[in-house]
Amino acid sequence: MTILAKKPQSLTDVPMHYCPGCGHGIVHRLMAESFDELQIADRVIGVAPVGCGVFADDYFACDMVQGAHGRGPAIATGIKRSKPKAIVFSYQGDGDLASIGMAEIVHAAVRSENITVIFINNAIYGMTGGQMAPTTLVGQVATTAPKGRDPKLQGWPINMCEMLSQITGAKYLERVAVDTPQHVMAAKKAIKKAFENQVKGVGFSMVEVLSQCPTNWHASVDQALEFVRTQMMPQYPLGVFKDEEAR
Amino acid sequence: MTEKTLRKGNEALAEGAIRAGARFFAGYPITPQNEVPEYMSAYMADAGGAFVQAESEVAAINMVYGAAATGTRSMTSSSSPGISLKQEGITYLASADLPCLIVNVMRGGPGLGSINGAQGDYFQATRGGGNGDYRVIVLAPNSVEELGNFPKLGFELAEKYRMPCMILADGILGQMMESMSFNFDPIDPNTLGKLDWAVDIEKNGRPKRKVFSYKGDSLIADVLERAKRYGLMEKTEARWEERNTEDCDVLLVAYGLSSRACLEAVNKAKEEGLKVGLFRPITLWPFPSKRLNELAQKTKAVLTVEQSLGQLVQDVKLAVDGAAPVYLNAYPAGGQPDGNSILTAVKSCLNGGKEGLFDLQEHAGDFAYSCERDASLGMQGDCKGGK
Repeated sequence: MTILAKKPQSLTDVPMHYCPGCGHGIVHRLMAESFDELQIADRVIGVAPVGCGVFADDYFACDMVQGAHGRGPAIATGIKRSKPKAIVFSYQGDGDLASIGMAEIVHAAVRSENITVIFINNAIYGMTGGQMAPTTLVGQVATTAPKGRDPKLQGWPINMCEMLSQITGAKYLERVAVDTPQHVMAAKKAIKKAFENQVKGVGFSMVEVLSQCPTNWHASVDQALEFVRTQMMPQYPLGVFKDEEAR
Repeated sequence: MTEKTLRKGNEALAEGAIRAGARFFAGYPITPQNEVPEYMSAYMADAGGAFVQAESEVAAINMVYGAAATGTRSMTSSSSPGISLKQEGITYLASADLPCLIVNVMRGGPGLGSINGAQGDYFQATRGGGNGDYRVIVLAPNSVEELGNFPKLGFELAEKYRMPCMILADGILGQMMESMSFNFDPIDPNTLGKLDWAVDIEKNGRPKRKVFSYKGDSLIADVLERAKRYGLMEKTEARWEERNTEDCDVLLVAYGLSSRACLEAVNKAKEEGLKVGLFRPITLWPFPSKRLNELAQKTKAVLTVEQSLGQLVQDVKLAVDGAAPVYLNAYPAGGQPDGNSILTAVKSCLNGGKEGLFDLQEHAGDFAYSCERDASLGMQGDCKGGK
């Protein structure tokens, strides 16, 4: 009998708490596959965020650190500078990375910390129950924007890849999605590259993943996938925003 | 042990930390502690460690969180408003049982305050400025020599009990120069035993390790387990210094720089035939309560001398527990004590006078609060007498 597919060794057997249809589990798997394929599993140290990813420290088989909201890039900096041979990642959501942790992500890029950041953008605060995120779309309803996000009151969504692309120290920035098998394959390629960069010492690498949140969007899984395609992608176009291999 | 050299307080501290095996430092500029990050930026890399000038105090303490999680002797330093910003990281460090060193070279507060040396952060240091039930070891040096030697003690206590340690100094101590020597040989951290909880890269098939702060259902057990360590520390790790305490009528209690002015007062009192002793807590947490209570039993009065508005005196009252009257001689917000002003307060303790003794309600005097807003809300009359 031939094994065609199996769970990556870099994932534990702990059942994930993520809601049905959520993109987090897919991204976890793509990361774990990358660790296995790059044969770096033994030296990966991950940083779990505050938010829906807070339990990620249970799901990855590598050593994990879970710290304060938005501070992942600072914590990862401390780990990487102390253990330069470690492959260090910071896993963050949009509230974590683009709101409370804006200074930390920007300056990790400014210093070109040789770390890998996986940024889950689902345009909503998931763990706390659907509040407006910095990435919430104009008109999108959230529990703290009950009439929809109004730019006059709450401004416009922020595009992190575009913003960070202006920073010299940011070496690899790509936005992907996990709404279709094709996009999942492309996301895998980007995530693997972001870790490969760290192995090569390229510098700050971040992959932004557009992810669906059926629960807090109050949508079916199909509707949520459709929302990613028709609503999120026009605001957050997929693509490579920066790719400099040489430091 | 080294020969005596003349060093500035902040630089002695920085050099002492590197000698003690610190190999990660993150900080942000703030007066009056800037010599610490400046020294680290010059010498940490040579020692094989890493220096990062962080984008903020918040980032700096979280970098320490990450570095400490790897078992690296890690530290940050700042001054009062910057330490306020670090409180988030400090409570997370405490919750994740991470040892590290945090230095507060105190300045006047509240808020931006002033850059003058002060002791206004006693509550923040000993009560925990962050959220939740936790303690931080607090060491209070009173000389450049202790500033240089306490980092080693701080790291050792922090690692033994797996908790953050704070060195609580002040702006004058940080800025002044004194003759000092290091009482230990430089430590190569690679020769220290491995920590069985630290995240690392050489896993060799061992189970995965997690350093985390969210405890969920296990939180109560987690906090109670930590409380055992706290209790043991209260029993065994309190440190203090005594001068003339065996036969004194007034016992001064002061830490840090205030204790130096108290020594002057002790000597002046002797010249005048007064019996005055000094009890100097070196660990502010755990506070040396037991010994202070013993001494209070034998004295007529206890006089707390502090450069703050009645903070240390609360721990003194808890320790004395009614064994003797406790008075306060206070120099808040950058005020500086000297031997004469302390001696005035000493005499008041003995003769029932008030000069030099601070009492918050007497300080209010006949001050009346103007409360037009209260009147407009129909609360007239409540504001003066109080209900």
